This record gives sequence, C-alpha cells and structure tokens, in this order.
Amino acid sequence: MSAPGTLPRWAELGLLPVINLVAALLISGVVIMLLGESPVAAFKLMAAGSVGTQEGIGYTLYYATNFIFTGLAVAVAYHAGLFNIGAEGQAYIGGLGTALVCLWLGAWPFWAVLPLAVLAGAGFGAVWAFIPAYLQAKRGSHIVITTIMFNFIAASLMTYLLVNVLIKPGQQSPESREFSVNAWMPSATDVLARVGVGFAATPLNLAFGFALGAAVLVWLLVWRTRWGYALRVAGENPAAAVFAGIAPPRVIIGAMLLSGALAGGLGLNELMGSQHRILMDFPSGAGFVGIAVALMGRNHPAGIIVAAVLFGALYQGGSQLSFDMPKINRDMVVVIQGLVILLCGAMENVFKAPLAKLWHGCLARDPKPTGGTPAPR
Amino acid sequence: MSLCAAAFFASPVYAAAPAFAPAIVYDFGGKFDRSFNQSASEGAEKFKKETGIAFREFEISNPAQREQALTQLARRGATIIVAVGFTQASAVEKVAKQFPAVKFTIIDATVDLPNVQSVNFREQESSFLCGMAAALVSKIGKIGFVGGMDIPLIRKFALGYVEGAKFVNPKIEILQNMTGTTPAAWGDPTKGAELAKSQFGRGADVIFHAAGATGIGVMQAAKDAGRLSIGCDSNQNYLHSGGVLTSAVKAVNVAVHKTFLDAKNGSWKPGVIALGLAEDGVGYALDEHNRKLITPEIEARLNQARADIVSGKIKVSEYKAQ
Repeated sequence: MSAPGTLPRWAELGLLPVINLVAALLISGVVIMLLGESPVAAFKLMAAGSVGTQEGIGYTLYYATNFIFTGLAVAVAYHAGLFNIGAEGQAYIGGLGTALVCLWLGAWPFWAVLPLAVLAGAGFGAVWAFIPAYLQAKRGSHIVITTIMFNFIAASLMTYLLVNVLIKPGQQSPESREFSVNAWMPSATDVLARVGVGFAATPLNLAFGFALGAAVLVWLLVWRTRWGYALRVAGENPAAAVFAGIAPPRVIIGAMLLSGALAGGLGLNELMGSQHRILMDFPSGAGFVGIAVALMGRNHPAGIIVAAVLFGALYQGGSQLSFDMPKINRDMVVVIQGLVILLCGAMENVFKAPLAKLWHGCLARDPKPTGGTPAPR
Repeated sequence: MSLCAAAFFASPVYAAAPAFAPAIVYDFGGKFDRSFNQSASEGAEKFKKETGIAFREFEISNPAQREQALTQLARRGATIIVAVGFTQASAVEKVAKQFPAVKFTIIDATVDLPNVQSVNFREQESSFLCGMAAALVSKIGKIGFVGGMDIPLIRKFALGYVEGAKFVNPKIEILQNMTGTTPAAWGDPTKGAELAKSQFGRGADVIFHAAGATGIGVMQAAKDAGRLSIGCDSNQNYLHSGGVLTSAVKAVNVAVHKTFLDAKNGSWKPGVIALGLAEDGVGYALDEHNRKLITPEIEARLNQARADIVSGKIKVSEYKAQ
C-alpha cells in the first residue's frame, strides 16, 4: 500500500504529467488571450497543425526524431550521475562525421554509405563527449562546465570548417555542397510508398526508425546488462559502487561515450534525412531541448519517446500557430514551450502532494480500504 | 556574382493570379533585429501602407522551417515571396522548382531559376567609403572593425573597409574582431561593447560594426569612450547624435518595397540584380546627426571616391568564398 504523499504508479506516470501539461496550456491560454487572440482557436490550430494532417504528423515526428536522440543522450549520462549539457555540441560534431562520410563516399550505394555514416556520426559524437568525460573521471573537472564549454568549442570548430573548408565555393552561405542522392536517408514518403501507403511529402525519414531503435538499445543496455547495472549503481551512489567493485571513472567514461554517440545520431535525421548537406548551426537547440525531454520522460526511453513527440508537436504546432495567427510570433511560441518545460519538468511535483491528498482522501471513504493504516514513510 | 542589367534574361510573364498576395520570410535574426531583417520588414510595411494590401510574414526559428514556410506560403496562394537572407538560398531553390508559377525574390544570394529574382548588394562599396571616412578622421592611424560571425558576408564588409582605409592611409592599422561562432553573435550587445572597449584600449579611434544587434553595444561603448562608431545596414546615425561618424546603409527596405510593387504592377522580372553605389543600393549616411563630423573636405573626398567607384576608376575587391 502506498504511503501518504505518494501516488500509484499509473497516476504518477500518466495522470500527473497530463495535469501539468493542462496547467501549462491554461497559463499559455491566458497569455494568448492577453494578446487579443482566442486561446481555443489557437490550441485548435496547434493541434490540427501538429497531429491533424499527414504533413503535420510528418513534421512532428521529424522534430521528435532529433529530440529522441538528444533526450536519450542526456538520460544515459543522467543514470551515471552526470549532467550532460553538451548534447548540442556532440550532435554538431557527430553530424560532421556523418556529413564527411556522405560527402566523400557519395558514389557508393546507400547500403554501404549508411552503416559508415551511422558509425561516423556516433564515433565523432562519442569523441567529443570523451574529453569532458576523461576530465571528469580522472581530473574531477565538473562535467556540467566542461560540456557547456565544449558546445562553444564545437561551434567555433564548425564555423571554421564550414567557412573555410567545407563551403561550396562561390556561395555566401556557409554550407557544403549537396550530398549525392545515394547518401540521402529514404524519406517516409518513399518508404511508405513501397508498401503501397501514400504519405504527404515531409522531412520525416528513416532516421525516425533509428531513433526508436536507439531507444530500445538504451533500454536493453541500461536495464538489462551488467554494464547498465554498474552504470546505475555508480550514478546512484559512487561510494557503494566502489564497495561493490565498480570503478566509477570507467563508468563515467563509458556512459559519456554512449551519450555522445546517441547525440551524434541527430545528423542522420537532420543532414542525411532532411537538409542533404551540412550547414551552420544545424542542431539549432535540439541538444538543449533534449535536457527537457529527458527530464519530462523521467530518463526512461519510453518516457523520452512520448516527451519527444510532445515537443515535436509543440514545435510543429507552434510554427503553424505563428503562421496563421500573425499576432502570435515565434517568441510567443517559445513562451508556450517554456511553460510546458517549467510545469512538466522543473515543477513536476507541484500538483503531486494535493493530488496524493485527494487520492488518499477518496481511499479513506472507500468502503473496502485495501490497507488499513498507512505505512509510515 | 554577375552584374545587373547584363544578367537579365527574358522569361515568360506568368499570368497574374486572381488576387495579389505578397509574403515575406525573415531569417534567424528576426523581424526586429534593428538591422537587416527589420529593414526588409520596413519595406514591406511601407508597401502595405501605400497600397492597403496586407502581406503574410514568417520568422524562421530552425533550419527545417525555411522550406516549410516557403512551401506553405506558395501552397496557400502567395504570388510573390521575398526570402530575406542568404541562408534561405537552398530552400528557395527547392521550393521555386516545385512552384514554377510563384515568384520568388531572394536577398543576399543568387538562385538561378526562371521564377527567382536574386537581389545582391555590393556591401564592399559602402564599406570602402566608411573605411575612408574612418581613416580620414583617425588621429593616430588606428581604426577598428567588429563583425558578427566569421562568415563570407562579413568578410566582404571587412575587406571593403580595410581597402577604403588603406586607400586614404596605406600605413593605417586596422584591428578586427568577430563576436562569436553561433547565431547568438548577432544579438549580443554586451560582447559587442567589450570588443569595442578592447579595441579602443589598444588605441583605435573609430570602429565600424557589421554585427546586427551586437553593434548597438559597439556604438554605446564608442559613445562612453568619447570615440566614434560607424553604423551598419540601417542609418544608425541617430542612435548617438554626434557620436556616430556615419552608417554603411544597405537599402534592403527599398529592395523589398520595389519587389512587391513591381510584382503588383507586373513589371517584376527574374534574374540577378546587383545593387551598389551606382544604383543607390548602398551608401554612406549623411544627416544632421553627423553633419559636424563629416567636414566639407571629407565629404568631397568621399564623393570623389564614390564617383570613381561608380565610373570604375577605383576597383573595390569583393570577398569571394574560396
């Protein structure tokens, strides 16, 4: 029987996030009203724009793909007790690896390019995460600080490479030439057409499948292997881990390598799947959204997928909203996203105590109480 | 980049759609960047005021939205779409192919398609004049430049500025800094002020900025230090009257306004348009705020150089990516 102040698992994982989300949308609704627009119409537009049409769904899942990769990256590090703020930079450098393979081996058939592109993306991302990991494990430099700094180093390096090395000669925009068609990730439209299903043209592509695969892989690794157990023990209690014969430095480095490799998957979606070239600042904040996604998804792959789709819907619905309601510009959309992060992530437990009180209150009046006296905490 | 008139080519004029529906897509900086995008927005607003025709607009917040916004605008019946900024070039290319009946105008890049008009500015020419002005007022022969990000467009400004300054004083020293490596570099006045202070500390007495909203900080630091700054894109002389030497003006507003008007009147043509000093597409700003700083002698030199650039007597190099 649950103690007072706690909720059954289904309510904690299902009901509480929904209540938080509704609260965030209610506050957003007030702001939208202050701007002189109808909140009902606005949310209808957002919902229709994000999940109401094939195109909307395509864009939503396309954004979600990025967030699944970065959300998993943050979650894996989190289980090892590390706060990886560097998914943005790891994704940026990981994308460089993917892009180099696509640019160099564009003449190869797709089935040969793909595994190399995946490996290069994961490898480059992992290398970028390795340095902060090493500094944390062996030198005690705090990983939050070093990963933040590595975001800037990644940005500097990429600006240099894009402006001076990779740029397509004779153009203004710092971006590479287009990958050859062999190196394009098949779009969802093409994949579904093969099985006879028509789907609107959107940037959604096969990388979504890779993201889901990565989520399953993370679940297996973290919850079903010795290595994952060591990871979680070291994350929960490093002293106990040492006592149990686990070396935290090795765990730290291993977790960060996996974290960076996952972030590096973003390039598969963004570069191979959508832009078909490497361009400046292509992660455009997905690494940071990944933190919110991991938080909301309780660092569990299933939760992360749900949270990533929610954020994808907010991105896509928000862009439709600012498209159709000129009064609501993109900054307002950021406000709505911010409120969702605030209430579902940072203040997730605000409604927990009242809800638990209500829950136990109902139980007390229940004719057939299940437990009698509540157990002391 | 090929020059204007020569590059024009005849093309079929598409039958006018039942309703004239203009649209504009801004890039990352956003509509209120007090600089490049804002200037474009002013041009569109002016069109709206004059004709009473409303326009659709969209601000980009991630790379995928460029194509999405252009596609949606085209699909929903926009007849002319202005894409502001070179970053939209590849999206315009893709979408313009899908919607051959919709007119596209891209600013600051070239897209070679029969339904795309590419408007480019020769920023190096106005930068050249600003470099000259800076060198002419500099007492110790040391001036500064603060750019946003180290990208080809900003190198183009810097190169013109350096050439103009050296044209006046071959021994002049030019300090150069870029603000950052992420798009945040366009909106960081604090860092702009720090860079400017450091350049003033090293002896520069005039600083030219090409850094969007970051430049506001550069100009504030110049005022605080009692030195001079040079504004960019819009006429920023008024920001610190008497403390801004001049501004390198880029007539994005005029270009957007003209594009909408031409499209409405049926005189819009695809092709490459290059706007420089000769076309009044770029220039240096002279108004009551900097009248005392630009002495008649300086003005005479600048106007002479302007005429020489227009006639081709002075050749200003253009920064070419690789």
